[in-house]
Amino acid sequence: MLEIKDLKVKLEEEDKQILKGVNLTVEAGKVHAIMGPNGSGKSTLSYVLSGRDGYEVTGGEASLEGEDLLDMEPEERAAAGLFLAFQYPVEIPGVGNMTFLRTAVNAQRKARGEDEISAGDFLKLIREKAKTLKIDAEMLKRPVNVGFSGGEKKRNEILQMAMLEPKMCILDETDSGLDVDAMKLVSEGVNALRDAGRGFLVITHYQRLLDHIKPDVVHIMADGRIVKTGGPELALEVEQNGYADILAETA
Amino acid sequence: MAAVTQQKMDATEARLATLDLPESAPWLAEAREAALTRVRAAGLPGRRDEYWKYTRPDTLVQPEAPTAAVFDHGEEAPVFDTVDRLKVVFVDGVFSSDLSDPLEGEGFTIERLSDVADKDIHWAKDLYGTLETNGQDPVKRPLAALNTAFAYDGVVIRVTGKVSRPVSLIYVHESEASDAMLHHVIKLEEGADFTLLENGPAAARFNKVLEVDVADKAGFHHVRAQGRDHERRAVTHIFGRLGAESTFKSFTLTVNGQMTRNEAILELTGDDAVAHVAGACLGDGDFHHDDTVFITHDAENCESRQVYKKVLRNGATGVFQGKILVKNKAQRTDGYQISQSLLLDDDSQFYAKPELEIYADDVACSHGSTSGAIDDEALFYLRSRGLPEGIATDLLTLAFLAEAVEEIEDEALAEEIVSRLDAWLTRRRKG
Repeated sequence: MLEIKDLKVKLEEEDKQILKGVNLTVEAGKVHAIMGPNGSGKSTLSYVLSGRDGYEVTGGEASLEGEDLLDMEPEERAAAGLFLAFQYPVEIPGVGNMTFLRTAVNAQRKARGEDEISAGDFLKLIREKAKTLKIDAEMLKRPVNVGFSGGEKKRNEILQMAMLEPKMCILDETDSGLDVDAMKLVSEGVNALRDAGRGFLVITHYQRLLDHIKPDVVHIMADGRIVKTGGPELALEVEQNGYADILAETA
Repeated sequence: MAAVTQQKMDATEARLATLDLPESAPWLAEAREAALTRVRAAGLPGRRDEYWKYTRPDTLVQPEAPTAAVFDHGEEAPVFDTVDRLKVVFVDGVFSSDLSDPLEGEGFTIERLSDVADKDIHWAKDLYGTLETNGQDPVKRPLAALNTAFAYDGVVIRVTGKVSRPVSLIYVHESEASDAMLHHVIKLEEGADFTLLENGPAAARFNKVLEVDVADKAGFHHVRAQGRDHERRAVTHIFGRLGAESTFKSFTLTVNGQMTRNEAILELTGDDAVAHVAGACLGDGDFHHDDTVFITHDAENCESRQVYKKVLRNGATGVFQGKILVKNKAQRTDGYQISQSLLLDDDSQFYAKPELEIYADDVACSHGSTSGAIDDEALFYLRSRGLPEGIATDLLTLAFLAEAVEEIEDEALAEEIVSRLDAWLTRRRKG
């Protein structure tokens, strides 16, 4: 599904190398988690994959189902099936949540050469998906993320994911700013989307999210590289001992 | 005030030489003569006038109107087309009875100014030119006085009841060299309610004055769409006087136009009055748009809002001069003013001059002005969800204008305006 080979990235503005050769393959139907200390390059990886400005790829490649991601505009990556759940979802005053989502769904359909969804079908679909995420009609009407609590913003991200039905989902610290109940709700939303045809890359600091979204593979990232890969037990090890031991053993 | 310079006097006389005072009954002839005296005393605006610092008045003042090509609107239906309304049509500044609905309606009377001009006695005597005269202090507005002196046509409306069906003034531009002046007078009696719509390019050059007297507890609603011809030039003045517990709400959409100066001069004279003026404009290329607003609070516990938003691209220019004057008896005034521009490239310019002058001590007034580009974070967020860059930019542009459009109370009219904005953006996106 997602294939990253020796990816090297630096910041455009300053001469600072962030990713120093990342290798990672996420298969369809699998959930991979990336853990790592602050500044290890986890969020940069998610931004580079989704096409945010400000990064320069200095080497390596990244592809989604064999298609070169790095060559595409952000909207083309989205239409190809990539979705990034933001760590800090952006507030967009003046743009209604519902309008935004319908425009997005239809733009992706159009890019893939499919028919637009009818207003009626869209409404039915979004109501159904919103209900399971406990998003009420009022939240759907409000401007995108404006005045939303931290938990509401993250639920809104998952709602977008559910509506857009991407093939590859990247969750960038979706657990940050969530209380226990909100984390449970968000995790249930993610788990409902787990599917044999869909891959997940879950970026997190903490093991607790992985109690809810059970990963198949766990990677530890440090200083711009994946330094260790293992099963779910690796996350528990981090939780108990911190990163120091792992970093010491891989240094 | 400094004496009018010889150069200004010459320019003023050159303009006056092209105009004739319309024949009028004595009461109106008197008002026209007095206005002409005001024009001569002040002189027409010149480039050195402080009030015209950011907008060059030359083309608005010069003797002949610069020609303006008539724009082909193609298939697009005119704005407000779906709204049930009383249509009053002016072609190049002249009332067309053929194109207009019969001038009648429930709860109000409507007459043509040129018909009223023949009558020896008319209620409009107390209003025609009166609010314009009041509005000449402390800042002179000679182009409005010029209009009072010379405008031949217009509507004279007296509203006695709550009128739900709007009166819609439609300005058709047919001649490339038309130079039009219209003067409208509207009087709302106590408790009356009335909606006025205006749209159309009007003429190659257009000078319009609207005087609105809103009595106690009355409500005036005004939605205007200025467009769509690009080469046209316009100077418009709205003079409003608000009685106690009255409401005055005016919104203007401007797309295209090489030169537009819209002035709104409102005086809140009765306690608990509410005045909102708002504008959204989209400018592309050699577009110049100026909103000049002067709101005077002269009564207690009144509220005023000014919300102006401009989207400028390809070297377009936007100007905002907005003032709130709070006189010493206007305690508990709530004044708000915001002017913002979205500059879509480095060539476009926005000049803002917000002013507050406050003599009362128990007052809450705020004002702000910003200029900025499209928010990169928001743009990336939208694109990451699959919106192509152009559509995402348009969506953010509409969002930027939303605060101004939300000032329109009537939802159907607000939707009309949004669909115009949308169409303008889409046309440009698709080239």
